This record gives sequence, structure tokens and C-alpha cells, in this order.
Amino acid sequence: METFIGKPIKRREDARFLKGAGKYTDDIKLMGMTHSAFVRSPYAHAKILSIDTAAAEKAEGVVAVYTGSDACGTFGVPCGWQVDFKNGETMREPLHPLLAKDKILHVGEAVAIVIAETLELARDAAELVQVSYEALPAVTCPKKAMEAGAPKVHDQWEDNAAFDWCIGNDRTEVEAALESAHHVTEMTYKNHRLAPNAIEPRSYISDYDVNADKWTLYTSTQNPHLIRLLLCAFVLGIPEHKVRVLSYDVGGGFGSKIYHYTEEALLTWVSKEIGRPVKWTSDRTEAFLTDAHGRDHIVHSKMGFDEDGKIVAHLTDEYCAMGAYLSTFAPAVPTYLHGTLFQGVYTTPLIHLNVVAPFTHTVAVDAYRGAGRPEATYLLERIISKAAKEMDIDPAELRYKNFIPPFNGTSEPGFQTQVALQYDSGNYHGVLKRGLEMLGYEDFRKEQAEARKNGKLIGVGISTYIEGCGIAPSAVVGSLGARAGLYEVGHVRVQPTGKVSVFTGAHSHGQGHETVFAQFVADKLGIHMDDVDIVHGDTDQVAFGMGTYGSRSLAVGGSAIIKSVEKVLEKGAKIAAHKLEAAESDLEYAEGKWTVKGTDKSISFGDVSLTAYVPHDYPEGVEPGLDFSSFYDPTNFTYPFGTHIAVVEVDPDTGKVDLQRFVACDDVGNVMNPMIVDGQIHGGVVQGVGQALLEEVIYDGEGQMVTGSYMDYAMPRADDVPNIETDRTTTPCPHNPLGVKGAGEAGAIGSTPAVVNAVVDALSHLGVTDIQMPVTPKRVWKAMQTQA
Amino acid sequence: MIPAKFDYIKASSVSEAIGLLEKHGDDAKLLSGGHSLIPAMKLRLSRPEVLIDIGGISGLNSISEDGNEIVIGANCTHADIVNSDRINSDLNILAQTAKHIGDIQVRNRGTIGGSLAHADPAADYPAVVLACDAKIEVEGKGGKRTIPATEFFLGIFTTALAEDEIITAIRFPKVANGNYQKFFQSASRFAVVGVAAVKDGDSVKVGVTGVSGTPYRATAVENAYSGSSDAASHAVDGIDDLMSDHFADEEYRAHLAKVMVKKALEA
Repeated sequence: METFIGKPIKRREDARFLKGAGKYTDDIKLMGMTHSAFVRSPYAHAKILSIDTAAAEKAEGVVAVYTGSDACGTFGVPCGWQVDFKNGETMREPLHPLLAKDKILHVGEAVAIVIAETLELARDAAELVQVSYEALPAVTCPKKAMEAGAPKVHDQWEDNAAFDWCIGNDRTEVEAALESAHHVTEMTYKNHRLAPNAIEPRSYISDYDVNADKWTLYTSTQNPHLIRLLLCAFVLGIPEHKVRVLSYDVGGGFGSKIYHYTEEALLTWVSKEIGRPVKWTSDRTEAFLTDAHGRDHIVHSKMGFDEDGKIVAHLTDEYCAMGAYLSTFAPAVPTYLHGTLFQGVYTTPLIHLNVVAPFTHTVAVDAYRGAGRPEATYLLERIISKAAKEMDIDPAELRYKNFIPPFNGTSEPGFQTQVALQYDSGNYHGVLKRGLEMLGYEDFRKEQAEARKNGKLIGVGISTYIEGCGIAPSAVVGSLGARAGLYEVGHVRVQPTGKVSVFTGAHSHGQGHETVFAQFVADKLGIHMDDVDIVHGDTDQVAFGMGTYGSRSLAVGGSAIIKSVEKVLEKGAKIAAHKLEAAESDLEYAEGKWTVKGTDKSISFGDVSLTAYVPHDYPEGVEPGLDFSSFYDPTNFTYPFGTHIAVVEVDPDTGKVDLQRFVACDDVGNVMNPMIVDGQIHGGVVQGVGQALLEEVIYDGEGQMVTGSYMDYAMPRADDVPNIETDRTTTPCPHNPLGVKGAGEAGAIGSTPAVVNAVVDALSHLGVTDIQMPVTPKRVWKAMQTQA
Repeated sequence: MIPAKFDYIKASSVSEAIGLLEKHGDDAKLLSGGHSLIPAMKLRLSRPEVLIDIGGISGLNSISEDGNEIVIGANCTHADIVNSDRINSDLNILAQTAKHIGDIQVRNRGTIGGSLAHADPAADYPAVVLACDAKIEVEGKGGKRTIPATEFFLGIFTTALAEDEIITAIRFPKVANGNYQKFFQSASRFAVVGVAAVKDGDSVKVGVTGVSGTPYRATAVENAYSGSSDAASHAVDGIDDLMSDHFADEEYRAHLAKVMVKKALEA
């Protein structure tokens, strides 16, 4: 009997993607559909003095023009997470209006929407809207935003802080330990801002049906149910059952499509006003200006060590930009998705992190692949490598000294961190050992010593990361300020013929759910995966769901499906026992049939399914049908970990970094489809390399985005990245049925510090101790000049 | 990413195109490969009312030999240049350069005439036409004339072309010993610095793009050169308008210019 778990099954969805036959929102054309274009602010901070829409309203093909003075101007999109001040003051939460009415708070903020018969006419008419602004000074740097006299983003509060939060041990205790430490390593740097760059830009169509008094919202999102909930209950006040949200194929998100955006709500409002469907698809410029960005932390950190190189304390202060408004997950990112990972893979006994999160005159920052964990990992892995150099200890050795010893989370308890979480299972020694073997670390050090004699600059960088995935236990995140529970729904509908439809609240935007979910459902039911279909992205078909982010789909969404599969088998056994005239306890289920133990009497899954729907000869007290839905709320996060190692060569003349090797040994728990896990790691690594070497969103002093196109924002390309050498160890997750941990973000979390560590290592003999990311040729060359 | 409204006229001859340019004046733009113009129009940074498409004019896309010179039609694409045996053997430096422009799609559409007329300060060809002492053949209502490369580039996006003039061809001497060295801008893959060097015994001609708003001949390098690459230290002598952006500020750009000139002299 063919089984599927653990096999590199090719992705079902790729057939349509490779043929250009995917069904993305912008591909959808509805009868009578109108198109829209936004008028967006060219200023980062300005008063709106007047808006004149007369000419646009009279322009050819224009259906309507709306501004913040219309009824839509009273609505705002909410934030989904509340992080209060450590002194007890409530998080400062401004209205995030669908259209700016009086004041502009970032470049690209929408002031008007023009609806027209075609996109071209909408764009032409949008140019006729006359807006008069009075420009005001802007602040884009989170640290400067907290300086006295900084321009204020929201006038109603005394300063720009959205909140000021801390986690870990008592600060004075940590400071005292640093004071008496044998060695203290210190770092100040910026974890710079990134644009998410999904290949499919955001796209929405809202279609109001006046006869049914119902809306259909087609949206390119990572979580259709959450969008519906926020849109209905928190923005427009529409009863939730009146809205169907559909998101068919979604071309990447990296976090940027989790959030409920103003355009989604505005189009929904507009569709009812005009009584016709209306579409908006972001262009690339709008994507740079209005998709939620990632990172943007300014960090000052100290780590103390004893004479044996054991970490004794870690103290960090950060300024983390929120942007002009609070996006859906934004407050959680630099706090509960970040500070809770400050333990890393080390036994550090004392940890304290303080985060000041200011508003800035920029687009909002929110979760971007890894969301808070890449920032935590970058800090820990850079500072420990810097400390190793300062103390003249090999960076691998210093990590071994400080690792949490292996634990499986079942016979050995989970590891309780100083920062709220309890790790599930881990073997950090194992991944580092394997990573170093894959690289040939000792040989490399010899090669490096030789190379230096010849003036060649080569370096190796290690990163040993941990991350929190499988987001998230509802009670835990509820206590931390989440305004939602983060369980998942899995519905298994066995058809009369024994074919299976699975409905999941997870949502694929490139992960391959249609393949992977079918693999494990098929194995658990003992049927072929061709007989299992996966349905997602439709709020009318799927009962509920929290969507896909935080590497949660398999660990949480998969577990919900498993629960329903178990219910199917449980009921199936009752039907089988009746048909086989045997006691349920005498049956065993294997290879798609129930067999009376020790006999050749059996009944197949298909026959039981048919019986369930044609219940002529049927057990008493059992309902017909074979159809179960389950909610799965995890008991803990999952904690994947791994070792990433980069080898670079730096051109001494130009400072250009050539990434020569990249080794990744990851532990994501059990693996359902190794090809897809490799693909996720590859993609994540390239994104992390992009942050290390190339990508950066830059705003100038006036709040203008300098890097608003691919001519100025450098994305990694195939020739920037070597072959990625991957391997895995397997430490199953002890608390979910598949033993899986999640692989979607690991690559982006582990890789960035490995690359920067390698560059600094290549230049360490010249006295270089740190280089600000991205380590562009200019920055590397300048670092070399400073030291020379 | 939708341009403002424009009219489109396909010219079938150079004289027709010149007539159209005369008629529409400032409102018109010539369209060749469109790989600089169309993106600017899509962002509505450029909004000509009339596009005069010269891409279909016959006779502007040949590569021929004229005595000791190679004459390249203005409509030749970068791919035509990369794939030309004649250029690969007798003007190899130009094939090397064209290979580094954009990607396959860009090379299949973008043209040498369009690129030179556009005069992007980070484009590759200017360095080579300067180092080779190429001549730009143009035609306008006053007839034909030839502009030496050294007199062609006047500033950022500014050339010696009159408003009614069209580049018809570029005339290169055959070059035996030339090479182009490029330091790529990591996002656009234009040149942060591009240096073309044409060597002839103990003398050298060096063209530099990307460094100044106007591509230039590094005459200080040429004067100091006597076979050693030490002359590269003069790469930015006399240049007082070094470009600066987040990839390369003036200091780093000046350094890169010296490094790339050195590489070109040593190659």
C-alpha cells in the first residue's frame, strides 16, 4: 500500500502555477465591475487644506469619487493586539482612517478614491483631484521620534510612544550582574526596515448584491476569516454572515497579507454605495509605499560572561518603529514575538529587554517573515560571535559552552526560559555539530589562515537559532494582549464514495497545503492522496480559521484536521463493527480497512463511507453521514531550531561580498514532505541573505521613500546566492499529533546573522568588529578604511 | 503603472520621423526599444503626447563594415551586438559591454541608439563610445551630421542632439585591445562605475560612466599612462560633479572609479 508522509511528492498546485493558470484576485472579472485608483499623499506629514474633486467627478467614465469627508471617512481599521505600557498606561491606539481627512501621516496615505469604468480612466481622473497640503516636518527614525521636540505623529499624546514595554528579569538585577561580569560585549546597530515584496501585489474586489443584501469580497490575503471578522465587526458594522470572503490563489505574502488593510474595507463600503463590483490592484509603487514593512529596530545591547565564557546576563534596549498607525499584528512583533525569544538556545540566567515603540511618519511596520524572531536571532547570534572574538574563543566553542542541554519534552521536561516561554523539545548541540561537519569547519579555519597570508579575505559565520512557531495557544496569547484566539479549524468530509474533502482555515499563499495536507490525511485514512482534496480560502465553505502565518499551518491547522480524521475513524469503526458483526474492540484499522483481529473478515473505508450515507443496515443510535469538524487549540508554541553557516569572500578592492557557501542544518520536527521543507528553507535563506547583503527601505529626512522601486531597492537574485546545502536533524514536537514544528520562517531567521558574522570574520584580523546591515560594498569598504 | 494618454505614430522612414518631430516639437518622444522611456511613462514621470515609433524604419538595424570602421545602425538591439560575429571579432569591447546590459528581455528590445540618445548617466555604452572615439551619425531637418562621442554627452539625460535630430548609426573604429569593467548597482544592475579602456601600445583611451553626471574621457589617466596601471589613481582628476546615492557616495564612487580603471588598464 502506497504511503505519502515523508516523501518528496511534487506539488499539485504547481501544474496550474507553471502554466500561468492560477486564479489570482486580479484575474477575476465580474459583470459590471468598476475599477478604482487612489489619490495618495506625496508628503509624509501634512495638513490637508482642501480637496477639490469637481474635475475628477466630471471626467470621462467616472462613477464616483470619495474623500475622507464622505461617510467612509468615519471608519478605521483596528489593531489586533494590545501591548500596554509597563507603567500600566493603555497602549495608544489612533484611528487608522480608510481615507485621511485632515492630516497626512505617511507618504502614500490615501486621501481620495476614484471609481471609473476602466482602470485607465480611473487613473486619469485621479490626477484631476486637486489636494492642497501644508507640509509639516516629519520623523522616520524610531529613536529620533522619542527625542524631545521631535515632530509628533499623533497630536493627542504627549510623545510618540505607542507603548513602552519590558520582559524578563528585574532590570536592576541584570544590570548588577553585568557590572560584576568578567567580560561584557556591547553592540549598537539598526535592524533595518524591509519591504515584503510579494510577487502578487495586493488586490481586492468587492461585489455587493443588492437583492441578497450580501457582499462577496475577493481578496489576496493570508487569512480570509480574520479579514471578514475585522471588516464586519470592527470597521463597517456589517453582520458577519452577510459577507463571503474568497481568496483563491495568493502569490506570496511573507506576512504582508495577514493584515486588514484600509483599501479592503473601503472597497467593501464603495461597492454598496455604487451598487456595482469594484476592483483595486496595487501597483508596485503602491506596494512599496503602503504594504506593511518589516523590522526597523534600533538596538543597544550588552551581554556579560564569566571567566569560563558562560553568559551571565543580557540587557537590551530597543526603539522599534510602529509607523504612522498600528497595523493588525504590529504591537506583538517587537514584543511577544521578539522578547520571548531572547533566551535563544542558551542557558542565560538573567535577561531583560526594554522596547519603546514609537509612531513614525512612515507606513506601518508589521510581521514580515519571522516577525520579531529574526530580530532576536540577529542580536543573539551577532553578539555571541562578537563576544567570542573579544574573548578569543572559537565562536562554535562559545556556543557549545552555553547551549541548553538536549531535552525531548516527554521523558525530559521542556525548558523554562527567563522570558515567559517553555521550549517543547530541542537538541542544539546536534544541529551545530552536523552543520560544522557539513561545512568542514576545521579545514576551513586552516584554509582561512593560509588565505590571509595571501591577502585573501575569507570568513565563516555561524548562527544557531531557535524560533517560536505554531502560533499559538489562545489562553497564552490572550494573556499577552492578543484580541483573538489562535487555534485552527479542520473539517473532514467523507463523501459517500469514500473520497475525502478537507476544509482548512489555514490558507496557502505558496506553501503547498494542497499537497502536504493530502499526504498526511491519505496516510492516516489509508487511502490514496489522489482521493483527498483540500479546500481553503472561502469563508462560506470553511467554518472558521485564523489563516497562515507564524509557521502555523501544519502544526495548528494540520492538527485540527487530524482531530477530525480521528473522529471519522471512530465513527467508521462503529459502522464497521455493525457490518462485520463484531465488537469494536475486536477491530483494527490499517491500509484503508477495518479487520476483525485474527481473521480475514474486513470492510473497506469506501464501503463504510457508503453505508454511512445509505444507512439501510446501520448501527442503532448512530447518525448517518461521515463528516466532522474540529477546532484545535495548541497547548504550546513549537520551537524549531537549527544551525546556519555562511562562507564569504570579500573583495579587498571594492568591499563586495561574495557569498560562497551556505550550509543549513535545521530541525523542524517531523517532516511530511522533504522537498517542500527544503524549498521553504531555500526561500527563507535567500530572504535572510537579502536582508544581510542587499535589501533596505530608506526614508529620507522628509519622509520620502528613497527606495520605492526595484531600481533602488535591491532584491536578491539567483546569482547572489550559492547552492544552499541543507540537512536536518529530527526532534519531534511532543505536543501535537504529527510531531511537526514548522518550517516557513526558519530560513529567514537563521541566515541573516550567519552572513554578517562571516563578513565580520573575514575582516576581523583587520580590526573590523561590526558592520551595519545590509553589508553593501560601500559599507564594507568604509569599515576596512576605518580600521586600516 | 499605466501611462497617461498618448498618440502613437509608426514612422516608416527617417525623414518621416524627422517631419513628425518637427511637427509635434516638445510634445513628441521617439520610441525605439522603449526600455527607458516606457517605464518612465508608466510611472507618469514622462508624459509625451505623441510617441513616434522609429523601431520599424528599415536600414537602421544593420551592422556593416566600412573600411577600417564598423557601422552599427541605431536600431540594433543589445542582443544584435552581443550576437554579431563582426563585433565580437573586430570590436570585442562593445560585445563585452552589451552583454552586461540589463537581462535577456532588455537586451532583446533595447537599442544602442535609444540608449545613447537617452544618456542615462549610469548607462554602459557611453564609456565605450568615448574610449573608442566613436562617431554618432545623426540626421535632422538640416541634414546629416556626425558628432564625435567626446562632444555628444552634455549632462544627465542631455546630449548634443538637436530637437529634430535622430541618431541613425554609430561609427566605431575597429578595436583590437579594449575591455570594459563594470561595477554593478545591486538593484538596477546599471553601472555604479563603468570603465572602458582601449589600449594601443603605450597609449590608452579611457571612458568612464556612472561617476559623473556626464560620462567622460579620463584624460588625466591617459596622460599619466605609460604601460602601468598606476595611472588609475588619476581616474577622477578634475571631476567636480561626482554622483552620490545610497549605493555609493562620492568618496566610495571615486575609489571605485580608480579600482575599475586599474582593472581596465590591467586587463
